[in-house]
Amino acid sequence: MILWGAVIFWLLGWGVNILLARSRWSETRAVRIAIPLLFGAAILVLWEGVVRGLAVPGVILPAPSVIWAAIAGNPGLLGQDFVQTILKGGLGGYLMGVVAAILVAVLVDRVPFLRRGLLPVGNFVAALPIVGIAPIMVMWFGFDWHSKAAVVVVMVFFPVLVNMIAGLAATDRMQQDLVATWGASHWQALWKLRLPAAMPFLFNGLKIATTLALIGAIVAENFGSPTQGVGFRISTAVGRLDLPLVWAEIAVAALAGSVFYALVTALERVVTFWHPSQRGR
Amino acid sequence: MKNLGPILTVLTVIVALWYGAAVWLNAAWVYDQAARAGIEVSFGQMVADTMAQERPVLPPPHQVLEEVRKGVFDSAVTSKRSLVYHGWVTLVSTFWGFVLGTGLGILMAVGIVQSKTLDAGMMPWAVISQTVPVVAIAPMIVVLSNAFGLGEMLGVENRLVSKMIIAAYLSYFPVLVGMIKGLRSPDAMQLDLLQTYGASAAQAFVKLRLPASVPYLFASLKVGIAASLVGAIVGELPTGAIEGLGARMLIGSQFGSPIMVWAALVAAAVLAGALILIVRTLETVVVRRMGVRE
Repeated sequence: MILWGAVIFWLLGWGVNILLARSRWSETRAVRIAIPLLFGAAILVLWEGVVRGLAVPGVILPAPSVIWAAIAGNPGLLGQDFVQTILKGGLGGYLMGVVAAILVAVLVDRVPFLRRGLLPVGNFVAALPIVGIAPIMVMWFGFDWHSKAAVVVVMVFFPVLVNMIAGLAATDRMQQDLVATWGASHWQALWKLRLPAAMPFLFNGLKIATTLALIGAIVAENFGSPTQGVGFRISTAVGRLDLPLVWAEIAVAALAGSVFYALVTALERVVTFWHPSQRGR
Repeated sequence: MKNLGPILTVLTVIVALWYGAAVWLNAAWVYDQAARAGIEVSFGQMVADTMAQERPVLPPPHQVLEEVRKGVFDSAVTSKRSLVYHGWVTLVSTFWGFVLGTGLGILMAVGIVQSKTLDAGMMPWAVISQTVPVVAIAPMIVVLSNAFGLGEMLGVENRLVSKMIIAAYLSYFPVLVGMIKGLRSPDAMQLDLLQTYGASAAQAFVKLRLPASVPYLFASLKVGIAASLVGAIVGELPTGAIEGLGARMLIGSQFGSPIMVWAALVAAAVLAGALILIVRTLETVVVRRMGVRE
C-alpha cells in the first residue's frame, strides 16, 4: 500500500516535471529550481515507500525518515566530525594547496623553459592516483588533521597548477603587445591583464579541486585518525551496523561538498563576470 | 619533441630534490642511532646510511625502484608478493568500472540531450552526485553489494562488484559532461542542412550528433579512466581487501613499511600512465578511421 502510494507519487512528480519543462514558464528561475527539487523529493518519497513497503531491513538500507532522525539526534557528533574532516582537513589543505599552486604558476610563468618542462609533467601527475600518498602523509604528520590537510594539499596542487599555467598563457599576442606599448612592466601586465585572463581557467581547476579535497580528507582517515572525523565515523559505524548514522554522515559530507562547490561557483560568477559563459544567463 | 629537454630537466631536478629530501629526512634517525650507540658518524657515513635504511621516512628513488623490481620480477605473477598480481586485480576492477561508468555516462547524456525534462531534473543531481565524496559511500556500497549478493548473481566476487561500482561512480561524470557537450556541438546550420535533406530526428542523431561527439568523448575518456583507477584504489581501502594496489598501500602503512607503500604508488602511477596511453592510441586510431586529417 505504502509502496504503491510512493510509486504513484513518483509518477505524478515525473508528470508534473514534464508539464513544467514543456510549459511556457520553463525558462523562469522558479521553475528551473522547482524541477530538480521535485525530482529529488520524488526519489526520497520512492525510497521511503520502497523501504517501508517491502520491509527492507534497516541494516541494508534505512529509510530517509530514519536517517533524518539520526541527523537530528546527533548534532554534536556530526558537527564535531564536520569541523575535523571538512573544515580542518579539507578546507585547510585546499586553501594551502591552491595558494601554493597559484604562486608556483606565477613563478614558473616567468621562465618559459620551466613552463615547457613542468606543464607535461604536471599534466601527467594530475592524472595519477595521488590519494595513494595518504598512508605516507599519515606516517609523516601523525594521525590528526595535519596529515589529512597534507594529502589534500598535494591532491589539489597539480590540477590547479596545470590550469593556472594554461590560463596565464591564454592572453594573445595582440593584447600583450598593447599593454607593452603602454609601457607596462612584467608585473603590471601580469596584474592587469594576464591574471584576470587566467581566472576562468583557474576556477576550472578550483572546481575540480573541491571534490578532490573532500575525497583526500576522508580517504586519509582510513590510514589512521583520532576518534573523530567523517571517514572514521563511517568506517566504525559500518562495523557496528549503525547504518542510519552512516547515512547521516554521508548526508553531511554531501551537503558540505555541494555547499563548497556552490561557493566556488558563486565566487567564479563574481570574479569572471565578463566571461561569455557567465554573461549568457 | 622540442619539449623533451625541459621535461628531462624538470624530472632530473625532481629526482635530485627527492635524494636531497631523503638525506635530510632520514638523517635524524641515523644521528639518533649513533647517539644511542655512543659513536660519531661522519657526514659521508650518514649519507650512505640514509640511502639504505630498512624503514626510512622517505625512501630514496633507487630503493623504491629496487622494491618495484623485486615485486615485478622476483616472484611468480600469481604470488601474493607480486606487484603484477596486485596490479592486475586493480586493473580488472578499474576496467569494469570504467566500462560501466562510460556506458552509464553515455546513456545519461543521450537522455539529457534528447529530453528537456531529464535535462532540467537530472542534471543538477548529477552535479550534486559528484560533490558527494564517493569514499564516504564506499563502505556502504561494500555492505550493500554483500547484502544483495550482487557478486553471486554475476558470478564474480563481491569485492570486485563494490570496487567496480565506486570506479564507475567516479568515471561516469566526466563522460556525461563531455558527451553532453559533444552531442550539442553541431550548430544550427548543420542541423538545418540535415533537415533540408529530410532527415528524421533519429537520423540526425546517428549521422550528425554521434560522430560530432567523438572528439569530446575521447577527451573525457582520458579523464574517466584516471578517475576510474582512483576509484578502484580507494575501493580497495575500506573493503578489508587483501589484494590490489590499494590494499598493498594499506598493508604497507599498517606494517610500517614505507618502501612497500611507495612501490605500490609507483606501480599505480605506471598503471595510470599505461591506461591513458591506451586511450590515447585508441583515439588516434578512431579519429583517423573517421577521416579526420591533421
